Amino acid sequence: MKRFATYGESLAGVSLDDLSGWLIVVEGTDGVGRTTHVNRLRRHLEELGYAVAETGLTRSDLASRGIRRAKLGNTLGSNAFNLFYATDFADRLEQQIIPALRSGFVMLTDRYTYSLIARAIVRGADPDWIKQVFAFALKPSATFYLRIEVEDLVPRVLADGGGFDYWESGMDLPMGEDLYDSFMNYQRRLIRELDSLAHEYAFTTIDATRKVDDISDELCDRVAALLAPGRPAPAV
Amino acid sequence: MTQVRTYGQSPGHYPGKLFIVEGIDGSGKSTQLALLAQWLRSQGHLVVHSEWNSSPIVRRTTAFGKKQKLLTPTTFSLIHATDFSDRVERDIVPALKAGAIVLADRYVYTAFARDVARGVSRAWVRSLYRFAVVPTLAIYFRVPLEVALYRILSGRPKLKWYEAGMDLGLHGDVTESYKLFQRRIQDEYEQIVEEFGLAVMDATRPVEVQQRALRQLILPYVRGEQLPAPPTQGSPTLALPKPREVAS
Repeated sequence: MKRFATYGESLAGVSLDDLSGWLIVVEGTDGVGRTTHVNRLRRHLEELGYAVAETGLTRSDLASRGIRRAKLGNTLGSNAFNLFYATDFADRLEQQIIPALRSGFVMLTDRYTYSLIARAIVRGADPDWIKQVFAFALKPSATFYLRIEVEDLVPRVLADGGGFDYWESGMDLPMGEDLYDSFMNYQRRLIRELDSLAHEYAFTTIDATRKVDDISDELCDRVAALLAPGRPAPAV
Repeated sequence: MTQVRTYGQSPGHYPGKLFIVEGIDGSGKSTQLALLAQWLRSQGHLVVHSEWNSSPIVRRTTAFGKKQKLLTPTTFSLIHATDFSDRVERDIVPALKAGAIVLADRYVYTAFARDVARGVSRAWVRSLYRFAVVPTLAIYFRVPLEVALYRILSGRPKLKWYEAGMDLGLHGDVTESYKLFQRRIQDEYEQIVEEFGLAVMDATRPVEVQQRALRQLILPYVRGEQLPAPPTQGSPTLALPKPREVAS
């Protein structure tokens, strides 16, 4: 039986027959602590002996520089951004994710197509269309959704010193009179879209309003159980 | 006022007109379009020219991907759709709103032909371009492959990697690969002509004969005597608007 399938469209010239490994996605809005949890999860899995690789949005060789340039000037059309992100994703899928799976790695992905679908829908894209654009994506082994309310997000975003990011506040739209208003409205819409995708694609939702250690313990246990069903979680 | 519609959305009301030319390399479409632009300008029309693969931001990434040979059929398709989308939003739609005649050298059908020739799914690439504005009139320059190949290969010896379809491994020799790739593209074009009801220009005739035919073809649309044809029911994934939504 084939281990991986796409959401309906084949990838031209790429065989999925020889893939093993696991594709683990961590989704969630900005400031929810995805990076921290992906790092901890990686260490945990490496301690268990797994080969782990990692990717995340805009980390492709092909499109990362172009996307950065486009963001600097806000000079790219809104729908073109959707497709630029899709290009970046496709490059990482073919050059990073699939080769890692072919070698039996656990591929940890800091956000996947779902975040891109959500940000496109919030910017007015037709949901059916943008989902069809990403129909060449592999279905992950599991998707963990770190869920938080926008009210809990604000102190984190301010406390880490970065403040409200222009793009993460939807200021290209914009969705409010100032950065704060726009951030609140934009993130609220984004979370609503992610919630709806969580339902549609059966994410495992993790309550991310709890203490960091509790969240990462739950995430590590769940992934370890997925990778080796039946094996008791090792004592730390 | 002309109704402008996209392949995936309900129509908008823009006063401009969009004429696009398609055809394999060496079909002579660019020459004809340049002559048409000159003539329309001399007639006092506001003319905007739009070219494939020309978004200032995106083309740098495309050029980088081509140079480094990073592009696969899927990313080749997506980066060109990104470029096209940027031009639709920033050049084509604003010009149509301003009432200009927009002339596009290559359009979505180039992607449909080329990307499918590279192995990308027909349905997927059509769906990808659903945001595109449906042209007032699309003209396909039909020419025998041998004629087009002669025009290209006798004048320009250095074929680029992707242009020749070398990424597909059809043939070790660049020129031979180019010929095989062009044949595939032409086969796709012939299907597209049927599917989307493109007007066909016999591109073997002398330049001035073609130019007169081209002017005759578009003039009724420019004058508003002829409205765009109702959309043909092509690929079901296109979700074209119903004909009653089209005629103004």
